[in-house]
Amino acid sequence: GKQGNIGEREMNRRSKRFLESRAPKLIEDVKTAMIMKGGNTSQTVTQALKDIVSSNITRPFEDSTSLEFFSKKTDSSLFLFGSHNKKRDHMPNDVCVTVSFVLFAGRLFDFHVLDMIELGIEKYVSLSDVKASKCPEGTKPMLVFAGEAFDTDNEHKRLKSLLLDFFRGPTVSAVRLAGLEHVLHFTALDGKIYMRSYRSLLKKSGCRTPRIELEEIGPSCDLVLRRTHLASDDLYKLAHRQPKALKAKKKKNISHDAFGTKFGRVHMQKQDLSKLRTRKMKGLRKRKGNVVAEEQDGQAPKVAKEAEHTE
Amino acid sequence: MAACSVEALLAKAEQEEAEKLKSISVQKELDLEFDIGNLLACDKNRIDLREFREQKKEDFLRSLARDNTQLLINEIWKQPTERVQEAIVVKLPDPATPLPREKPPPKAKPPTKWEQFAKLKGIQKKKKTNLVWDETAKEWKRRWGYKRAKDDTKEWLIEVPETADPNEDQFAKRVKAKTERVAKNEYNRLKNIARAQKGKVPVMGLATSTQQSKEELSLAVSVAKTSTASAGRFQDRLPKEKAPKNMGKKRKFEPLIGDFSNERHKQLELLKLMDGKKPKLDITKAVNKQMREEDREEAAAKYKKRAGKKGRKGGNMSGKGKGKGGKGGKGKGGKAGGGGGGGGGKRRGKPGKH
Repeated sequence: GKQGNIGEREMNRRSKRFLESRAPKLIEDVKTAMIMKGGNTSQTVTQALKDIVSSNITRPFEDSTSLEFFSKKTDSSLFLFGSHNKKRDHMPNDVCVTVSFVLFAGRLFDFHVLDMIELGIEKYVSLSDVKASKCPEGTKPMLVFAGEAFDTDNEHKRLKSLLLDFFRGPTVSAVRLAGLEHVLHFTALDGKIYMRSYRSLLKKSGCRTPRIELEEIGPSCDLVLRRTHLASDDLYKLAHRQPKALKAKKKKNISHDAFGTKFGRVHMQKQDLSKLRTRKMKGLRKRKGNVVAEEQDGQAPKVAKEAEHTE
Repeated sequence: MAACSVEALLAKAEQEEAEKLKSISVQKELDLEFDIGNLLACDKNRIDLREFREQKKEDFLRSLARDNTQLLINEIWKQPTERVQEAIVVKLPDPATPLPREKPPPKAKPPTKWEQFAKLKGIQKKKKTNLVWDETAKEWKRRWGYKRAKDDTKEWLIEVPETADPNEDQFAKRVKAKTERVAKNEYNRLKNIARAQKGKVPVMGLATSTQQSKEELSLAVSVAKTSTASAGRFQDRLPKEKAPKNMGKKRKFEPLIGDFSNERHKQLELLKLMDGKKPKLDITKAVNKQMREEDREEAAAKYKKRAGKKGRKGGNMSGKGKGKGGKGGKGKGGKAGGGGGGGGGKRRGKPGKH
């Protein structure tokens, strides 16, 4: 309906547009992400957050009140939460403090958390650290996932789906060939996930398809998969349910054989096969003056007929 | 001789082709999986840990990335291309990887009362133009909204129609009609929502579905009974149910020319009453009634002063007028009254807090 809460009424076109943009839609818009900082984040983490999701951020929040509340406010379904973890290990003679940067990446379905994955940042190289010309913001990146883990391990599979959601950008029907510059490469290896960002240079190769050379641009990070809070299979399936209207309508009565010939069925009304004429018999065609002339002059019509026949 | 040279040429051509393709071909054990709609490539090949540790990490990762990107680009270049303005553009297929939605798909709304009627009658929606030509201003103005074409709130002259009371305020009448229309619209909108949500629409006065008293239930039963085509005349009754009284006409009038003796008797009685010394009117009773009415009015006025700015409305209604106004409101715009009542009810809630 037109209202979010019952009885809420849009007073003008502007408020109606606002409500419609927030309502569930058949074909959804691109997902927006909110980035948030925990209590004691440092500059590094903030920088990391900003670099990673540079084009998608809505607004960074300072405190960690309800995630779902913020999601409703900003109408975002992806989130990135960075924080600083100080762990005190009490050794016999020593007290070690390990500081780790932790990133929580996740997504929401219907304003409830669907998946949430904790990633530890082991090594981080920011955009500013890498001296190379950057890709213009907003280019749809090419995404590559390498490593068996992304195909075999459940948690890695979810992470792959989540990263795809984060980075893929808006769905477009066509893309400029020259604009295929940005490549994001994720490698799952040795218990870690290496994220690298490259700029692809299209070189001449002698044939139509160019040869690729890569130049590393920032940011890059080594991540460790820690705790995960993944949705149950049921909820995951529910989130994937597409409205019926989007299902491609199959054209009926079209079939193909092994050679690719297209077949269809044509339905005819019942025909009287005894009255079917398969060959043309010109002589059997009735003519107007025939009956009268036959009585007068028996010969002439016959001649005419014969003449016609031979023609 | 010729044959040799032809063979040589062919071999040379093959070699050249291979050379060309060498630059873009990549050897992989398993083929990559592609989702061109998302510009995605998945490499499932095992990565040799030893190689990774031997080489410099970054170089290893970069060469792996280069190979994979080359394969992805090869796949993208297989797609159909076209020229758009100055750039060459490749058409992407639909994304193949299923990703979860943001929100559940929208539910089909049940049609509103009007939509049902329109469907039944076959009425199509006619798209209206945004602007209308205004003769007086000689320009195109909006059909509705700010600075609209025929804005009757801006009229400074309203002709009093012949049938109307000359002392009536026509401007106030217009404003009142507008508020009634707005209230009715709001009421209908809420009814549509209620119907969409619950599928049941409560009748005026029977709104509560929780604990109902005996009287409310019997009222509900009687309303249900009379809501038939023949106004409940042929409805079956339960074994012990009593026949409803007050069926049919509410008042019975004597025929004009009927019982002469009865008529004579009635007229004589009337004359006796008029002649008699005893007053028909019970003065104490009447005075008490009047005093009670006045007290009630004062209380209402005080209440309205506290609640709203429009205290004038309460003051306008005198004792007898209240009866008429009340009845008129109920009869004519039962829905508007309900809507106004609903709106007033909402307001009344606030002062209760004090």
